[in-house]
Amino acid sequence: MSVFGKFSIQTPYKRVHGLGSAGAGTEHFWKQRVTAVALIPLTLVFVVVVILAAGKDYDAARRLLGNPFVALMMLLFVGAGVSHMRIGMQVIIEDYVHEDVPKIALLVLNTFFSIATGLACAFAILKLSFGV
Amino acid sequence: MVQLTLPKNSRPVDGKAWPKPAGANRLTEFRIYRYDPDGESNPRIDTYWVNRDDCGPMVLDAIIWIKNTIDPTLTFRRSCREGICGSCAMNIDGTNTLACTKATDDIKGAVRIYPLPHMPVIKDLVPDLSSFYAQHASIEPWLQTTSPSPEKEWRQSPDDRHKLDGLYECILCACCSTSCPSYWWNGDRYLGPAALLQAYRWLIDSRDESTGARLDNLEDPFRLYRCHTIMNCAKVCPKGLNPAKAIAEIKKMMVTRQF
Repeated sequence: MSVFGKFSIQTPYKRVHGLGSAGAGTEHFWKQRVTAVALIPLTLVFVVVVILAAGKDYDAARRLLGNPFVALMMLLFVGAGVSHMRIGMQVIIEDYVHEDVPKIALLVLNTFFSIATGLACAFAILKLSFGV
Repeated sequence: MVQLTLPKNSRPVDGKAWPKPAGANRLTEFRIYRYDPDGESNPRIDTYWVNRDDCGPMVLDAIIWIKNTIDPTLTFRRSCREGICGSCAMNIDGTNTLACTKATDDIKGAVRIYPLPHMPVIKDLVPDLSSFYAQHASIEPWLQTTSPSPEKEWRQSPDDRHKLDGLYECILCACCSTSCPSYWWNGDRYLGPAALLQAYRWLIDSRDESTGARLDNLEDPFRLYRCHTIMNCAKVCPKGLNPAKAIAEIKKMMVTRQF
């Protein structure tokens, strides 16, 4: 428990209680399951779109994503996927990184990376879809 | 970061090979973790040969035999010798279990015995479980009520009583918690399967009136949600209980109360 400094005499009960219950966790747990369920059909659609676009030229890809249904499904796939990825990576960081400073730094980087990746994907889809 | 290897002074080295007992027909090799807190030396693995015709069938019988006839310094906890006190929990043949209910004949080759994994070792096979017990205390394992106490007992229907089956049998031996990788990495903040199974035992007790406060106490990314359904807890439980299922039920209660 780095927040209490290096040398400290505490009862086991005091250590177990730590800073108390954070009052959070269920929202992430539930969101992870909802995005997982959403990703089952969305991933299937994504795979089909990738197969349809494979080996075709830029114009063909633009026509494919010009279809509003395809574009919307791809945007949903990116949204659910990035959200799922962000929570999943946060869990891994919390599991394995225990020092406060690197942990919080990695959690912030995880947020930045997820939002940047999601926005880049969404922008690419929209640019292709609107054909600009 | 998580420490994947033991510190240099905690790595076990080859220890003493004790002589085989004379005149024995049926011998079994035991390789046992030894650690002496009074010395500076590393933990060591001692080798003993047990005369099986002179001792009982269980691993506990064998280590008591070793203590009585070969090496009185071998240290371990034991009490009831029938799987109800939970004292003799240790890592036998790679699995956490009770020495008193594990038959020596069920193990192929040498019997390897270590203390429960990833706990501070006090001596030999005796781990420091003070944090484990504090975690149990933190879930407040007693009946909590606001209504005035009835003249006699708090009544419970047979159906409600059945909900406690598979939970009340837990003997707090710590086999499950110390087999859980999530408890290894985050045992200071994650309550672990044993404490959470006990928490669920009080959460679904029809007589308890503190259900909401109990859930509030567990609503935490570490206390409850470090469980990643690895299932080692259910695999090793010497009483055949399923802490992973109890934890999943707690998570279900957490979600249910949000909608």
